[in-house]
Amino acid sequence: MRRLPLLLPALWLALLVAVPLLVVVALSVSFPAEGIPPFALPGRAEGINGEPFALLLEDPFYRDAFLGAVLVAGGTGLLCLGLAFPMALGLVRAAPRWRPLLLALVLLPFWTGFLPRLGAWIGLLRDEGWINTLLLGLGWIAAPLPLLYSWPALFLGMTHAYLPFAVLPLYASLSRLDPVLEEAAADLGATGPVAFLTVTLPLALPGAAAAFLLVFIPAAGEYVIPELLGPPSAQLVGRVLWGEFFQNRDWPVAAALAVALLVMLIIPILLFQRLEARR
Amino acid sequence: MRRLPVAALGLALGLLFLWLPVLLLAAYAFSDARIPFQWGGFSLRWFAALAANARLIEAALLSLRVACGAATLAVLLGGAIGWVLARRGPFRGRALFGALAGTPLVLPDVVTGLSLLLFFVLLEGITGWPAERGATTILLAHATIGAAYVAVLVQARLAEIAPELEDAARDLGASPPVAFATITLPLLAPSLVAGWLLAFTLSVDDVVVASFVSGPAGTTLPMVVFSMLRLGLTPEVNALAVVILVLAAALLAAGALALRLARRRRGPAI
Repeated sequence: MRRLPLLLPALWLALLVAVPLLVVVALSVSFPAEGIPPFALPGRAEGINGEPFALLLEDPFYRDAFLGAVLVAGGTGLLCLGLAFPMALGLVRAAPRWRPLLLALVLLPFWTGFLPRLGAWIGLLRDEGWINTLLLGLGWIAAPLPLLYSWPALFLGMTHAYLPFAVLPLYASLSRLDPVLEEAAADLGATGPVAFLTVTLPLALPGAAAAFLLVFIPAAGEYVIPELLGPPSAQLVGRVLWGEFFQNRDWPVAAALAVALLVMLIIPILLFQRLEARR
Repeated sequence: MRRLPVAALGLALGLLFLWLPVLLLAAYAFSDARIPFQWGGFSLRWFAALAANARLIEAALLSLRVACGAATLAVLLGGAIGWVLARRGPFRGRALFGALAGTPLVLPDVVTGLSLLLFFVLLEGITGWPAERGATTILLAHATIGAAYVAVLVQARLAEIAPELEDAARDLGASPPVAFATITLPLLAPSLVAGWLLAFTLSVDDVVVASFVSGPAGTTLPMVVFSMLRLGLTPEVNALAVVILVLAAALLAAGALALRLARRRRGPAI
C-alpha cells in the first residue's frame, strides 16, 4: 500500500514514456513490410536493417531537412531573444502594480489557441489579406506580393508562436538582478548604456541562453507552422517525418528521422537542464 | 531612470506584435464582409455558421471530453510523480524516474506522437487493445504530456511546503493519509488547479500528437481547424478564435477567483 504512490507513476512512465521511445529506436532499424502495421520489428528472422539510417546519411534531401530545421530553430530563437529582451526589461521596470496585468498580456495569447493565431497570420499575409490590401490601396505595389507560403511568413509565425516562451525565463532572470548593481556601476562612472552592457547584460546571459534553448528545442521539430505558413520548399525535419509517416507510409524511415532528431537535440536539452538546475 | 522609455517601448512593441493579428481578426469575426479594411456592418453570421457546422461542433465536444479526462488524469499522475520526486527519499532507479518524468517536456511533438502511436499499435498486437484508436488513445497521450507539466508544478510547490507540518499532524494522531489530505493537499491545491488548466490547454491546443495517435474514429477540434486552414482561411476560424478567447478568459478569471478564495480560506498565516 505504501509503495503504491511510487509504483503506479513508475509503471506509467515506463509504459508510456520509456517503452514508446524504445519502440521507435527498434523500428528505426527494422524492415518495412506490407500490411498493417507496415513494419516488422527486428529480432525475428530478418535481423537488423541499416537502410533507414543509411538513407538519412546519403540522401541530401534528409540532410537538408536537418540543416533547415537547425537554421529555422536557431533563427527563431535569435528573433525571439531580440524581441523578448526589451519586453522582459520593460516588465521588470514597469510599476509593480502593472506587472501582473502585463505578464497576463504576454501569456494570454497562449490561450487564444495556437491554430486560430496562425489563421490570423494567414488572414494578414494572403494575396487578398490585410497587408496586400493596404499596400495596393496606397499604390505602393501593382499586384499582391506573395507573402504567404514564404520563408519570412514562416519566421514570422514561428516567432509569434514561441515569443512568450522566451519572455518568461528572461523576465525571471532579470527580475532577480539587484538594481543596486547598476547604481553601483553608475557611482563608479559607468553611464546608462555602459552599465547596461557591462553589468546587466552579462548577468542576464544564463537567462538568455535558457530562453534561446526553450525556443530552439520545440522549434527544431515544428511541423504545423512550416506546413501552414512556409513555402513548399521548407522541407524541415518535422514536416519530412510527417510526410514519411502519413503520405509515404515508410514507418522505419520516420522512426529513423525521430531518432536522429533526438540525437541532434540531446546536447541542447542537456545544456538547458544544466542551466535550469543552476538556478 | 533615463532608459525606462526604451524598455517600455520594447514591451509595447512586443505586445503589439503578439496581439495585433489576433485582435484584428477577432474584431472582423463580427463583420459581415470578408474584405480587409471594409467594415461590412456588425453581424453574427460567422458565429451562426460556426454553430451550424456539425463536424466542427462534434469535434469540439470530443476535444472537450478528451481534455477534461486528460487533465484530470494528468493531475492525479503528475501529482504522484511530483510527490515522489519531492518527498520520497532515495530509491533505486530514482535518477531514471526523474529523467523519464522530464522527458515529455523536451520531446518534439512529432517524436511524442510517433512513439506513442507505435506503442499503441504494438500493444494492440499483443493484447488486442486498443482495437480502435481515437478518444481513448488521445486521452492517454495527452495525460502523459500533461502529467510531466503538473509534476514540475507540484514538485516546486512541495519544495516550499515544510514536511514538518505533516509530521506535526501525525504527532497529533492523524494517520499518514489523513495528514496528507488535511495538511498537504489544501496547500497544494493552487498548483493542482494551475496544473489542471495547463494540461487542459495543452490538450485542446494539440494537433500533432492527436493526429498521430488517433484513428478514423477520433477527430478533435484542432484536427478540423488544421484541415480548414490548410485549404485556406474561412471566417469561421476567426469566429472560433473569439469563442476560444472568451472561454479562456472566463476560465482564467475562474482560476484566479478560485486561487483568491483558497488563499482567503487559508488565511494569512502561511
